[in-house]
This record gives sequence, structure tokens and C-alpha cells, in this order.
Amino acid sequence: MENTYSLKNPDNKKALYEGLKAGVPIGLGYFAVSFSLGIAAANGGIGPVGGAVSSLLCLASAGGYAGFMVISTLGTYFEMVLMMFIANIRYVLMSCALSQRVDPDLPFVHRFFMGYLVTDEIFAAQVAREGTLNPIFSYGCGIVAAPLWSFGTALGCIAGQLMPIRLVSAFSVALYGMFLACIIPPARKSRVVFGLVAVSFILSYICSVAPVISSLSAGIRTVILTVVICSAAAILFPRKEEDNES
Amino acid sequence: MSHNQVIYIAIMAIVTLAIKILPLTLIRKQIKNQFIQSFLYYVPYVTLAVMTFPAIMEATQSPLAGILALVVGLVAAWFNAGLFPVAVICCVVVFVSEFFLI
Repeated sequence: MENTYSLKNPDNKKALYEGLKAGVPIGLGYFAVSFSLGIAAANGGIGPVGGAVSSLLCLASAGGYAGFMVISTLGTYFEMVLMMFIANIRYVLMSCALSQRVDPDLPFVHRFFMGYLVTDEIFAAQVAREGTLNPIFSYGCGIVAAPLWSFGTALGCIAGQLMPIRLVSAFSVALYGMFLACIIPPARKSRVVFGLVAVSFILSYICSVAPVISSLSAGIRTVILTVVICSAAAILFPRKEEDNES
Repeated sequence: MSHNQVIYIAIMAIVTLAIKILPLTLIRKQIKNQFIQSFLYYVPYVTLAVMTFPAIMEATQSPLAGILALVVGLVAAWFNAGLFPVAVICCVVVFVSEFFLI
């Protein structure tokens, strides 16, 4: 039993190799985005070491960005907890989905590291595979992608301060580009998601200029808007079992 | 007082890791509640949309450059350009347009 996930097993060697291969494009994408994340971290007064450590621990783009936003606006610790919860809540869904796809007897340590490696892209690479998921494949992805992610953040922290402001300005939208690439293709396929994205843009803009609400921090506004819009959507457009594609 | 960076980062890590790891280690059955299922399904799209706009206008030197990046990024993403290409396209739009806007 102990050797089930040993690399002496040729199946695991193959899974590792496939994971490493899938990790390369993911890692390159992360690298560019994490660079932009590093710039956001530097704006919050975080140095390269702090940026690299937080990226390596969290391995979450929107979450990392939201966290640095809380730090740069000097939000409270409670705000940070709330913000991390809401920015990362989609991972609950992914982690749940993975729990249905692994060997029921998969030991805790593998579940732990598979959970750590849950990100939009690694998750996508995992669920695209057939049958029971092998944690070794995820490790392959992670070995390539996680260091690039962490290194990119550190580099962004440093270079963000050295680069001409024109370049910083350009790089700082990389993250938003990635967000768009995550939400728009599903919006094209689903009218409900399309409507939600449009409503989110509009309400988010209104809340940023409306009296009272605009004086709240951006982090809290994000949390409130997400909870309100998603609750309304879940009531108005409940999802049927069969629409549960990831 | 409540602005210690190490604590901030520790909170980020603990909450993020708990969210990612706990379901996979604890939950072994399918979530049945339709409201929770639907709510969780919509969360990523709404959070990311809310965080993108109007923040993208404030990230650039010229707000108009941010709007241009948003529009071009929306079009590129609509045609499934992929994560990395859309990110790069947005950067290029800002870089080029700010030569004219500033």
C-alpha cells in the first residue's frame, strides 16, 4: 500500500512526466501574471521576500492580489480573513470536485498537497485527465509552476520599483487580462454568466463612486458585492445537476 | 497597530490553504444543497469581474488606457485567446496607448 505512489512504479513516472509537461505552459503564464502581482505587492510596501513567500504559500492569483490590496489599504486583519475567504471561495468548489475524483483511500498527506496545488489552471489540467486522479501528476505541474509563480512575484516586487513608470503601468494590467481570460469564455457560453459579469461591472463601478459605499475599502466592497450578486443569482438561476461542468 | 506584514501574510496563507485543503481532506460526499452549489458556481465569475472593473482604470497612468486594455482584453478573451495571450495583449495596449495619451 505504501508503495502505491512510489516513483518506482512506471505509471507514476509517466504521470510525473506528463505533469511536468503540463506545468510548463502553466508556469510561463503564472510567471507573467505573478510579475504583475509583485508590482501590486510592492505598492503595499511588501518586499521581494514577503512577496515570494506569500505567493509560494498561497499559490492563488486573485487571492494574492486581493490580499496585497488589503495590505496596501491598511485593512484590518478581519478584513483580510474575509477577503481571503471570498477571493478563494471558488477553490472550495474545485477542492470538492477533486475529492470526488481521487482514490477514496488516498492518504492525508497526498490530499494535503493536492489541495495546496489547487489553482484555476492546475485544476483545469487535472480534471481534463481520465479516471482516478494521480497526485503525482499534480506534483509534476506544481514542481514547474509554483517556483515560477514565486520567483515572478519576487521579481515584480524588485523590478516594479526600478522599471520606468510607463512599463509598470503596462505590466500592472496583466492580472486583469488574466481575470478576463478566466471569466469571458464561460460568459460567452452561458447567458446567465454573461449577465452576471455585466451586472458585476456595473454595480462595482456604481459602488466605487456612490456616496457612503465608496468610502468602504475596495476589499470590503468586493466581498459585499460578491455575496449579494451570487446569492441573487443562486436564487434566480439555480443550477441543475447536469450543468455541473467545471 | 494592526498592520504587521508577517501577520497579514500568515492570515493570507492560513485562510487560503484551509479553503483549498479542507474540502479535499474532509468532504467525501457530493454537495447536495442547490443554493450552495449555485452560489459557489457563480462566485469566481462575480469576484473576478468586480475586481477587474473599475480597478483596471486606476492601475494605469491614464484611466483611458485602462479602459482600452479592458475593451481589447474583453474582445481577445471572447475569442478564447487564452490566459497568457490576453494578459500580454492588455499590457501592450496600455504601453502603446500611453505614448499618445500622456
